[in-house]
Amino acid sequence: MVRRLLIGTALGFLALFLALPLAAVVTHALGDGVPAYLRALRDPDTLAAVRLTLLTAAIAVPLNLTFGLAAAWAITKFAFPGKQLLVALIDLPLTVSPVICGMAFVLLFGAQGWFGSWLSDHDLKVVFAVPGIVLATLFVTFPFVARELIPLMQEQGTEEEEAAVVLGASGWQTFRRVTLPNIKWGLLYGVIVCSARAMGEFGAVSVVSGHIRGVTNTVPLHVEILYNEYHLAAAFAAASLLALLALVTLAMQSLVEWQGRRRGEST
Amino acid sequence: MSAVRRGKPVLPGFGLALGFTVTYLGLVVLIPLSTIFVKSAGLGWSGLLAAATTPRVLASYRLSLVASLAAALISAVFGLVVAWVLARYRFPGRRFVDAFVDLPFALPTAVAGLTLTTLYAPSGWIGSLLAPLGIKVAFTPLGIVLALTFIGLPFVVRTLQPVLEDLEIEVEEAAASLGASRWHTFRRVLLPAIRPALLTGFTLAFARAVGEYGSVVFISGNMPLRTEIAPLLIMTKLEQFDYAGAAAIAVVLLLASFALLVAINLQAIGRRRAASARGTT
Repeated sequence: MVRRLLIGTALGFLALFLALPLAAVVTHALGDGVPAYLRALRDPDTLAAVRLTLLTAAIAVPLNLTFGLAAAWAITKFAFPGKQLLVALIDLPLTVSPVICGMAFVLLFGAQGWFGSWLSDHDLKVVFAVPGIVLATLFVTFPFVARELIPLMQEQGTEEEEAAVVLGASGWQTFRRVTLPNIKWGLLYGVIVCSARAMGEFGAVSVVSGHIRGVTNTVPLHVEILYNEYHLAAAFAAASLLALLALVTLAMQSLVEWQGRRRGEST
Repeated sequence: MSAVRRGKPVLPGFGLALGFTVTYLGLVVLIPLSTIFVKSAGLGWSGLLAAATTPRVLASYRLSLVASLAAALISAVFGLVVAWVLARYRFPGRRFVDAFVDLPFALPTAVAGLTLTTLYAPSGWIGSLLAPLGIKVAFTPLGIVLALTFIGLPFVVRTLQPVLEDLEIEVEEAAASLGASRWHTFRRVLLPAIRPALLTGFTLAFARAVGEYGSVVFISGNMPLRTEIAPLLIMTKLEQFDYAGAAAIAVVLLLASFALLVAINLQAIGRRRAASARGTT
């Protein structure tokens, strides 16, 4: 009896909070009919936004992946003073508001910023241009791969790598042949989460982008612009792309988790 | 954890990895954040204090704080129920629900904000049901709490799930065999065991909620002194090119972020120590 009540409450809450919004996205996106939906998706500004979103993720994710691997290697295979502080600092972007993150880059590279005059002398733009968007996304998605790898590699310990070194493997060989295969599912999971976050980031990018249509709008920003102009169906059309991305992300996450569990790894 | 040798490490790559890590961290995170402190330092102490404590700014802190607390609490309660149900019961579709819980995590905040606003606006599916009852959700603090609950939920569930799954059934069985009722067992045996994880989940949800922008900017209506949360106010000041004013508020929020970060990490250390003391890691 208690069991059924609890399950009912949980499912009811989730249906109200999670499923209903998803259903709303689909319904409102198709609100003006399917042809209007397709037209909204093919709109040049929307396509430009999609391209920019993908480009940003394509740059930010590999960089943060490299960082995650380096950080996890240093933190989990060695002992050094300040390790705890480093771990805490890596988590920092998670607690900082995205608006503050965007603002930091404006203060750094904006016209009045620390590098403002240097940039304008060399005719380079960071803020209100694509590089600024990439940097802001980099900051916000910074911890994800590292946070995924650190507990995983911590649990795996150092015995296998030490054995490889003792048997004569170089550092890179050890990393490639011993460590990487062990962490591949956790790594994949981290990359998926990082990519999803990179493509969906809104607050930080909103501050640095300048909202220039067709040039510095990512899909989330495009959604906001359409909404502010009362093009509700078009806004939901763009949002539906992001919602689809979210569902694909969830599916891939489960798949990776399941695979990892099958091979005896925990993610 | 394997034994750590003092002196030269056996494994190579320490210098390279640590060097790269610290440099990257400094360039991408630390230096940008320092600009905010430097900018606000330019105001001087009195200027900083004045800018950070105008009535509108104070109202925004209050709203952010209260709304985030409320949202984190609701997330904690319902998150516990959801995590409990997922960890301890088997029912059809359980795996699907389990994956689905991460939706607020995976869904871009703009989409969440847009959708929640449309749902709860007076003309929306739910808003139209509540309007005759006199309940307004969109463009009120209630809507803000709603959006913040949405995004905080996965933090609580994902922090609680492993702990609930690891609970040893023997302790509960012992309690039952000694005559404890189920509620008694829950309150005296289980709740203390999961309290650290619950606290961590709550803190994570709270920290996320305080800084949240995307999901809230749509549903709040941004009315100064009424529905303007702190991140929104920062954004408004930036749009008006009042960088110094924005930096002042940002400093306050950053200090709060640091404090929460410390709390979360201390909690994590405490939980690890407790787990190893119990013999499970």
